[in-house]
Amino acid sequence: MTDVLVVGAGPAGLAAAAAARRRGAMVRVIDSAERTGGQYWRHLPESRPSGRESVLHHQWGAYQSLRQALESDSGCTIDTETQVWAIERRADGSLRVNLAYGDVDGTRVTETVVPDRLVLATGAHDRALPVPGWTLPGVFTAGAAQAMAKGERIAVGDRVVVAGSGPFLFPVTASLGQAGARVVGVFEASRPSRMARHWLARPWELMGASHKVSELAGYVAHHLRGRVPYRTGFGVVEIHGTDRVEAVTVARLDADWAPVPGTERRIACDAVCLGHGFTPRLELAVAAGCELTDERFVRVDGEQRTSVDGVFAAGEITAIGGVDLALAEGEIAGWVAAGGRSADASVRAARRARDRFARFAERIATAHPIGASWSTWLQDDTIVCRCEEVDAGTLARVAESTASVGLRSLKLTTRAGLGLCQGRICGRSVEQLLSGSSGCAAFADGATTDRRPIAAPLRIGDLARAPQSTETSPHHIP
Amino acid sequence: MSARAVDPRRDPIQPGPTDPVTITFEGREYVGVRGQSVAGVLLANNVLDWRTTSTRHEPRGLFCGIGVCFDCVVTVDGQRDVRACQRTARDGAQVERQHDELPRRVEEAGS
Amino acid sequence: MRVVVIGAGITGAACARVLARAGYDVTVVERGAVAGGTSAMCEGNLLVSDKTPGPELDLAVDAAVRWPLVARELQDELGPGFPSIEFEPKGGLVVSTTAEGADPLRGFAASQRDVGIDAREIGADDALELEPHLNPEITAAVYYPQDAQVQPVAAVEALLASARRAGARVMTSTEVVGALRDATGRIAGVRTSRGDLHADLVVNAAGPWAGAVAGTLGVELPVLPRRGMVLVTTRMPHRVFRKVYDADYVGATQSGDADLQTSTVVESTAAGTVLIGSSRQRVGFDDRLDVEVIREIAMKSLRLFPFLEDMQVLRTYGGFRPYMPDHLPVIGEDPRLPNLYHVTGHEGAGIGLSVSSAELLLAQVMDTESPLDPAPFAIDRPTLAPHLQEVAS
Ligand SMILES: Cc1cc2nc3c(=O)[nH]c(=O)nc-3n(C[C@H](O)[C@H](O)[C@H](O)COP(=O)(O)OP(=O)(O)OC[C@H]3O[C@@H](n4cnc5c(N)ncnc54)[C@H](O)[C@@H]3O)c2cc1C
Ligand SMILES: Cc1cc2nc3c(=O)[nH]c(=O)nc-3n(C[C@H](O)[C@H](O)[C@H](O)COP(=O)(O)OP(=O)(O)OC[C@H]3O[C@@H](n4cnc5c(N)ncnc54)[C@H](O)[C@@H]3O)c2cc1C
Ligand code: FES
Repeated sequence: MTDVLVVGAGPAGLAAAAAARRRGAMVRVIDSAERTGGQYWRHLPESRPSGRESVLHHQWGAYQSLRQALESDSGCTIDTETQVWAIERRADGSLRVNLAYGDVDGTRVTETVVPDRLVLATGAHDRALPVPGWTLPGVFTAGAAQAMAKGERIAVGDRVVVAGSGPFLFPVTASLGQAGARVVGVFEASRPSRMARHWLARPWELMGASHKVSELAGYVAHHLRGRVPYRTGFGVVEIHGTDRVEAVTVARLDADWAPVPGTERRIACDAVCLGHGFTPRLELAVAAGCELTDERFVRVDGEQRTSVDGVFAAGEITAIGGVDLALAEGEIAGWVAAGGRSADASVRAARRARDRFARFAERIATAHPIGASWSTWLQDDTIVCRCEEVDAGTLARVAESTASVGLRSLKLTTRAGLGLCQGRICGRSVEQLLSGSSGCAAFADGATTDRRPIAAPLRIGDLARAPQSTETSPHHIP
Repeated sequence: MSARAVDPRRDPIQPGPTDPVTITFEGREYVGVRGQSVAGVLLANNVLDWRTTSTRHEPRGLFCGIGVCFDCVVTVDGQRDVRACQRTARDGAQVERQHDELPRRVEEAGS
Repeated sequence: MRVVVIGAGITGAACARVLARAGYDVTVVERGAVAGGTSAMCEGNLLVSDKTPGPELDLAVDAAVRWPLVARELQDELGPGFPSIEFEPKGGLVVSTTAEGADPLRGFAASQRDVGIDAREIGADDALELEPHLNPEITAAVYYPQDAQVQPVAAVEALLASARRAGARVMTSTEVVGALRDATGRIAGVRTSRGDLHADLVVNAAGPWAGAVAGTLGVELPVLPRRGMVLVTTRMPHRVFRKVYDADYVGATQSGDADLQTSTVVESTAAGTVLIGSSRQRVGFDDRLDVEVIREIAMKSLRLFPFLEDMQVLRTYGGFRPYMPDHLPVIGEDPRLPNLYHVTGHEGAGIGLSVSSAELLLAQVMDTESPLDPAPFAIDRPTLAPHLQEVAS
């Protein structure tokens, strides 16, 4: 029987696990979070039962049935609070997956498994562009507001400004409203003309993605009902406060996101949520040796195979496409990983869904690209790398004085990207500021900020105690 | 009041009964709901920052909320570098602000 | 006189700087970016402590004198706006953690004292005063005030910036693919991926790839890569003050054994992280992560600093030390191809030895008095002869 190891218990990972089971494989699902569901179905813990948690979610029923099926299935093991901290490529082409389980960031136990097949479904995290003042307490990513609302029932503020780009700003605003916060404004940087061109250009595609559209329509209705001011072509260009957020300056942005002088307006608020799209969590795929696309997602074929034999990828690490695309890709990945074919009738519906939602995703992406001139709202002392507190002026000065065209060198001479988050938050922005490009080959040394051989910090003692080459099949339950 | 817990009486999800959890931070006790993260308990009490940066000595707290940015690290029961947004609050947990000064230069050849 | 320097690591940068300042027309040719090779994948230890009396130690002593001067010159020349090279003459503390290790360490230190190294045998109490968080169970300790540290990448950038100010040109993304020769068969420049570069002298400073570069230029050079891995911790309160080594380091640097060896070197960086090195392995240019290697490094580090147990590993990185079969660098002209100079094979000491290697090169090129006897580093030295033949055959 094939052993399939699935990393990530979000929509893509759960769908992969279910499909792999259906095809007869033994499955183990790993997630570093305490609960399954990923970002989309982030929910309250068992210790907080409620009557109608479903009102916070879309497709809550789909999650419940996936989860129940997998949890009650003896051929599937789900390990939460389990971190994949490294993947090794061995000479024979197999992969060694190193796990650590126990309290998050605590003293943990490690284990090494060598699966027959690996499905990577590690998702994405929000991208937030640096803005003067964005390190103040009270500034969050849009996803943080969402996570706090859905997973903890906390409103991150009372008067909240939401800013950035993309349809994700809608569910965040909705969740904030449901948590009792007042959203004083939603500022979408893309311009209405661009959005209209791409969202509405080919209505038949929207028909195909109808229920995604109705989700969006629901959000829009919610905005109108709640009279949340929604402005397109605007952005937060500065955040004010001493020890916490007190206000923002918003301004009209031109087509490339350069603030238009004279259009600034100050808005009092106590929280700011920034979301400028998403960054895929690529470190495991990179460690496994998977090729990336020019847009820097994991490259997959029609069967969700990566360039590495036996390794599959699904969900937001292959493209930002929302939950339906993640579910469809996951199902195909799991099915094929377990020995099936994407042409099989059993996954026909998933295949259709994938094609449909992929086109939808593409259109959303073209409607909301990051504007090339965003850096014009930075000031000399605006922090870009939050961990190491490297500001925009330092980046520019070091790049100029060393004349360096190598990312490795620039990281080590500025310290940008070397801190605790290992460039997860600032990486793409730093690359753009230093090279003017965000491609894979922007630097002469071929380096990018995606390589993180250690996917999450590990206590030295836990590493020292790691079993010496005791490899087990993924189904060994310690 | 800015950051806060949703009022259970007005919460559309109709929450059931919960258990309290108490943690200590900078000499004060904070009560949250069992199952919340350390960050959740602090935010529920309108505490927005629990780390001080090394270079500019600025306050930081929650940023990404999903374990990616590491801005939220605290010391929990003596163990450093714990992401407050990912660690479930245990009753009685002692949470300390993390503030790591940059090392001073050691220049002392020949002492 | 035009000089082409191949490779923009620490060796190429140091050579370019002295040559440009001496008035040569220097072009550095680098296939990737500056400091994109081994010099970005190492630690910046400038050590005398780990070297056995002999020519390499002589070179290290010369470097120990030169680095403080170079550091000052670079700072004065480039100003405060340039990234600091973080030169810290912090001293090294070598300790043994086993009963059997104590005598060899003391003996080794005595042999170094005989040739003038400041190697102070100190008691456990004094060691703990220098390093309060050290494992108190140590069996012997020697303090080396001459040991120091730099941030290697910043050092490469600074040396090259200084070279550029003296007129050197740096061509990145340009690979050397062959030699140009004159009618007499001497080297007269290089062929690159971006066209030919004529030169009177060519310096091969391509680190672990210097053998391959020599090959494309038409001569054999037995430079081999030796893999090394380092762990980086998260930032922590300052608890490691000097460079602290386990004495088994002494044995490992000299060995040619292919099997995994690790010996512990622990040091703080200016950013507050701690570097824990390092391993030695002959695995060719295989750069795949091997958890067993980093596990062993982690395990052994606890023998020196038990408190590390609860600290977090943030990252791991590794590079390929360029080594010669007889474990001495090659610095000098290649008699088989006149006007070609090699400066390479510094193994685990290339950062430290760079500034002195460059001076040795300069003295040969200019035919002036050398700071040290160059003969032990000559390519036609007896200890290398069998290996040269081996490669040639
Ligand atoms: C904070 C946040 C909130 C979001 N909320 C919404 C929303 O409300 N509505 C919406 O339409 N879209 C939302 N999105 C977009 C969302 O990412 C997708 O719609 C969907 O969740 C993608 O599914 P996925 O399975 O690809 O990834 P995810 O749901 O992100 O699942 C990936 C899982 O992999 C795990 N993981 C990653 N790396 C490792 C590792 N090394 N070891 C172990 N486990 C690992 C993570 O813990 C995570 O649970 C949100 C995104 C973010 C970042
Ligand atoms: C883990 C580890 C720890 C170490 N610790 C220390 C230490 O603490 N102290 C110390 O002194 N040393 C240390 N070293 C050793 C030190 O890193 C090396 O000796 C030194 O970096 C070598 O520098 P280099 O300039 O000769 O080579 P490199 O830095 O490798 O530079 C060679 C350059 O040549 C370029 N190149 C190659 N082929 C071509 C071509 N065909 N055309 C153009 N360019 C080309 C490469 O791209 C590269 O940039 C360590 C090494 C390792 C691996
Ligand atoms: S808030 Fe980002 S890791 Fe906790």
